[in-house]
Amino acid sequence: MEYAIVVGVEFVYAIATLALISLGLAIVFGMMRIINLAHGEFMVMGSYAATVAVHHGVNVWISILIVPPIVVGLIGMVVERLLVRHLYGRMVETMLATWGLSLFVVGLLTTVFGDTTEGVPTPLRGIAVGAYQVSGYSLFVIGLTVVTMLGMYALLRSTRFGLLARGTMQNADMAAALGTDTSKVYAVTFTLGAALAGFAGGVLAPVSGVFPSIGGSYIGRAFITVIGGGAAPLFGTASASTLFGIINQIATFASNPVYGEVALLLAAIVLIRAMPQGITGRFFRGRL
Amino acid sequence: MKISRRTLVQGAAASVFAPALVRSAAAADPIIIASMYDLSGGLEAAGKPMYDVLSFAVEEMNAAGGLLGRPVKVVSFDTQTNMQLYAQYAQEAALKHKVAVVHGGITSASREVIRPVLDKYRTLYFYDMPYEGGVCDRNIFIDGVTPAHDTEVLVKHAMKNWGKTVYTLAADYNYGQITSDWVKKFVQDGGGQVLGTEFFPLDATNFGSTISKIQAAKPDFILTILVGGGPISFYRQFAAAGLAGKIPIASTTFAGSNEQLVLTAEESNGILLCKNYLEAIDTPVNKDFLKRFRARYGADYQPISDLTMASYQGMLLWAAGVKKAGTLDRMKVIEALESGITLDLPSGAMTIDPTTHHCILDVHLAVMKDKNLVPIETFAQRKPLDTAAVCDLNKSPNDTKQYIIKVK
Amino acid sequence: MNLGLACIGVIGVALLVALPATLDLYELLQITLYAILGILALSLAFIWGYGGILCFGHSAFFGLGAYAYAVAVINLGESTLPLLIAIALPAALAAGLGYFMFYARISDVYVGVITLTVALILYNCINSTAGPEYHIGEALLGGFNGIPNIPSLNIPFRPDAQLEPEAMFVLSMGLLLLTYFGLTALLATRFGRVLVAIRENEQRVEFLGYDARLHKLVAFAIGGGLAGLAGCLFAAWGNYVSPTAFSVVQSAQIIIWLMVGGAGTLIGPVIGCFAISWLTLKIGTQQFVNANVVLGAILLVFVLLVPKGIVPLLSERLGSWLLSHRRLTQLPRNAATQESKA
Repeated sequence: MEYAIVVGVEFVYAIATLALISLGLAIVFGMMRIINLAHGEFMVMGSYAATVAVHHGVNVWISILIVPPIVVGLIGMVVERLLVRHLYGRMVETMLATWGLSLFVVGLLTTVFGDTTEGVPTPLRGIAVGAYQVSGYSLFVIGLTVVTMLGMYALLRSTRFGLLARGTMQNADMAAALGTDTSKVYAVTFTLGAALAGFAGGVLAPVSGVFPSIGGSYIGRAFITVIGGGAAPLFGTASASTLFGIINQIATFASNPVYGEVALLLAAIVLIRAMPQGITGRFFRGRL
Repeated sequence: MKISRRTLVQGAAASVFAPALVRSAAAADPIIIASMYDLSGGLEAAGKPMYDVLSFAVEEMNAAGGLLGRPVKVVSFDTQTNMQLYAQYAQEAALKHKVAVVHGGITSASREVIRPVLDKYRTLYFYDMPYEGGVCDRNIFIDGVTPAHDTEVLVKHAMKNWGKTVYTLAADYNYGQITSDWVKKFVQDGGGQVLGTEFFPLDATNFGSTISKIQAAKPDFILTILVGGGPISFYRQFAAAGLAGKIPIASTTFAGSNEQLVLTAEESNGILLCKNYLEAIDTPVNKDFLKRFRARYGADYQPISDLTMASYQGMLLWAAGVKKAGTLDRMKVIEALESGITLDLPSGAMTIDPTTHHCILDVHLAVMKDKNLVPIETFAQRKPLDTAAVCDLNKSPNDTKQYIIKVK
Repeated sequence: MNLGLACIGVIGVALLVALPATLDLYELLQITLYAILGILALSLAFIWGYGGILCFGHSAFFGLGAYAYAVAVINLGESTLPLLIAIALPAALAAGLGYFMFYARISDVYVGVITLTVALILYNCINSTAGPEYHIGEALLGGFNGIPNIPSLNIPFRPDAQLEPEAMFVLSMGLLLLTYFGLTALLATRFGRVLVAIRENEQRVEFLGYDARLHKLVAFAIGGGLAGLAGCLFAAWGNYVSPTAFSVVQSAQIIIWLMVGGAGTLIGPVIGCFAISWLTLKIGTQQFVNANVVLGAILLVFVLLVPKGIVPLLSERLGSWLLSHRRLTQLPRNAATQESKA
C-alpha cells in the first residue's frame, strides 16, 4: 500500500514537471504561434540565476522562486525586442533563429560558468510514508505546478491584460482595429513565457544538475508536449502532460528511464498523426 | 618514418653536446606532443584539469632544461565531446604535426576512435584514464586503473562493513557494463547477492523511479558506476528523498570530476571510494607536487582528482621512457618503457607492466567527509590482472585489439 | 546547359584530378570528409529547399546508413552489399515515415516535430545498446561507445583490396559531383518541377491533377537514401560510428549548412557545409572562443540578416551588377524602340 503511494507520487511528479517545463513554451506558442527553441536555455539560465543567488547568501526560497523569473523575464524582454519582433508570424524562421540563440547561450554559459557549478541544495526533507521515503520537495513541486496553472488561468481570465491577450490570440487584426497595441501584447506575452521558463528552471535546480548543456534534455520534451497539446496553452499543456507523463512513467517502471523516454516519443508521434492540431484542436476547443 | 632519422641524429647530438644544449634549450628544435581532451561540451569538467596538469608537467620539464635537451611544446585540441573531431584531430596530430606522443581521450569511446588512427600512422599513444580493461596494443600505454585494481578492494570493504546485498547503478556503455559484471563477480565470491542493476546514459537526470525501486528492494548498500554530468542528480535526488545516510553508497567513479564540489556535504558524506590518487596522500612526493602546483595555478584551484593525476603521471612516465631511450623514435621509446621503468609519483610507486602496457600501482580506500576524501587504507602495488588474463604482448606483439573481458 | 553548372562541373572535375597529387595525406583526409558531408547537405537541400519538407531530424537517416553499413560489413566481410543496404534501409525508413506523415496531410512544423522525434527515438535506443546482448550477428552495437574498427570500403568483390585514402577521396568527391548533377537533372524533369510547385502551393498542384503526397514521399525517400549513402561513406572514412550520428546536434549542423549556404539552391548547402565544418575544426584548436557561441551566432545572424543564404545573396548581387552592366550597353537600342513607338 505504502509503495503504491510512493509510486503514485512519482507518477504525479512526472506529470507536474512536464507541465511546468512546458507552460512557458505553450503560452508563447498559443498566443503568438511561434516556437522558442531557446526555451530550454531560458530554463538553464533560471537555474543558474538561482544558484548564483544562493551563493551570494540570498534566502534559498527567494533564490528559487523569485530571482529566476525576474532575471529570465528581463532576458526574454531583450530577446523579444532584438530577435523575435522581426520574425512575427514566421514560425520556421523563429524556430531556426531561436535554435541559433540556444547554441549561443549554451556557449556563453560554458564560457562564464565553466565546468562544474555548486548546485542548490534541496530545501525540504524527505517524508516518511510507512517504511518508505518520499521526497518532500517532489510534493512541493506538484503543489507549485497546480498553483501556477491556476494562477495563469486567473491571469488570462480575470485581468485586463488577459482579456487583451485572449483577444489578440483569437484575432489579432480585429484586436488591433479595436485599438489594442498588439506588439506590446506580444512583448509582454513573450516576457511572461520567458519568466515562466526561468521559474521552472529555478524550481528544478535543486533536483537536477545545473550545467550548460542540460537545456537540451528539457526542450525536447517541452516541445513535444506543446505541439501535442495544441493551441490552447493551459488545457493543452495539462492534457498533454498528463497523457505523456502517464505513458512515460508506466514504461519507466516497467523497464528503465530510457525506454520511458522512448515511449513518450512514440506516443507523441502517434498523437500528432492522429490529431495534427494537437489535443485541444479536437477536444476542449475554444478553451484557454 | 621521416622524422625518426632526424630526431635520432639530433638526439644523438644532444646526448654528446648535452651541457651546451641545456643552456640553449629554448633555442633548439622543440619536441611536439599533442593533448586531446574535451575542453567544452559535457566532459569538460574532466578534460580541463587534465590539460592543466599536463601543461604544468611540460612547464616543469622545460624549466629543468627540456627533454633530451629540447623544449617540449604542447599542441592542444579541444575535441568538444565530439567523436568526429577526435578522429580528425588524431589524423591532424599524427600526419600534420607528426607529434612524438598523444596524451588524450577521456571516454572509452574516444579512445577507440583515436587508437586505430594512431596505430595506422605510427604515433605513440598514452591513455591516461581509469577504464574497463582489456586493451591489448603495443602502441598504447595506459596508466589508469582497471577493475582488477580498485573494484575488488571497494566491494570487499563495503561488504565487510555494510552487508551482503547490493543494488548497482551504472553508466550505460562498456565501462559501466563490464565494471558491473566485475562487481557481480566479487559480490558473489563474497557470498552476497546483487539485487538489481540499472544502466543510465551519460545525460540522464531522472532517477525518481530508480529511487523508488531501490527502496522496494532494500539493499545493504548501493554501488554506483555513474559517469557524466547528469548523474550528479542521482545523489541529489537520493538525498532529497531523505535516504542519504540510510542506505550507504560505494562508488568507483564519484569524485573523478569533482562532483563533491557541486553537492552539499550531507549529499555526499559517507560515500566509499577507492582511488589511485588522493590529495590527502601523506608522502613527501605528493606534498611537494601539491605545493608546486598550487603555487603555479593558485591555492583555490579545484581538488586534483585521480583522473587529473593520471594525466600528470602519464606525462612523466612517457618522459622517463624517452630519457631512457635517448631518442624520440617510437619503437625505441616503446622498448625503453617495456624495459621496466618504475617512478615514485604522487600516487605512490608506479611501474609499467611490459606484458600488458598497463601499470602496477597503489590504490587507496577513502570515504567522503565534508567534501573531502579522507583516506582509510592503502593497498600497495596492485597488478592489472584483468587485462593480463586476455593480453600478452610478449607472445603476440602485433596484437591491436580491445578484448571484452568475460567475467566468470 | 547554363554557365553556372558548367563552371561547377569543370571545377569539380579539376579538384577531383588535382587534389590527390597536390595535398598531403592529412588535408586529403579532411577534404574527403567534407565531400562526404557535402552529400549529406545535398540530401537535405533537396528535401527542404526544393521539396518544402522541413525535416528536423535528418541525422536519423545519416546515422541509420552509417550503422547499417557497419553491421553489414562486419558480418559479411565485403563492402559492396553493405553499401547498397546503407542506401536502401534509410530510404525505406524515409518512405515509411513519409507515408505516415504525408498521407495524413501533415505539413510544415508538424513534419519537423515528427522527424525530430524519430531521430530522438533512434538516438535514445541505440545509446542504450551497450550490453553484450545487443548485437546483430557478429556486430556488437556498443551503445554510447558505438562500433569501432569498421573495415573501409573495398574494391567490389575483392575484400582484401581496401581503398587507400586517395581512392577514398576520388570516390567521395566523385559521388558528390554525381549527386549534385543527378539532383540537378532530376529537378529539371517533370517530377522535379512538380515537386517545386508543391513547395509553392500544394493545393493548386493537386487541383491540376498531380498526387502531391506521392511526389513528396518519393522525394523524401531519395533524400533519405542519399543521407544513408553519406552515412555509409562516413563510417568507412573514420572506421567508427557512434550514436552522435543520430543526435539533435548533428541535425542542427545540417540545417545550419543549409541556412548559411542558401536553402533554395543545391550548391549553397555544399559550400555552407565545407565552410562550417572547416570552421568547427579550427575553433577546436584554440581556447579563446567557445565553439557553440560562434555557431549559434552564425545561425542567428544568417536567419535574421541573410535569410536566403550566401549563394543566393552573392548571385543576386552578381546578377544585378551584370544586369546594370548590360543595361548600359543595350540602352541606345531600347531608346530607339521607344522613340519609334512614341
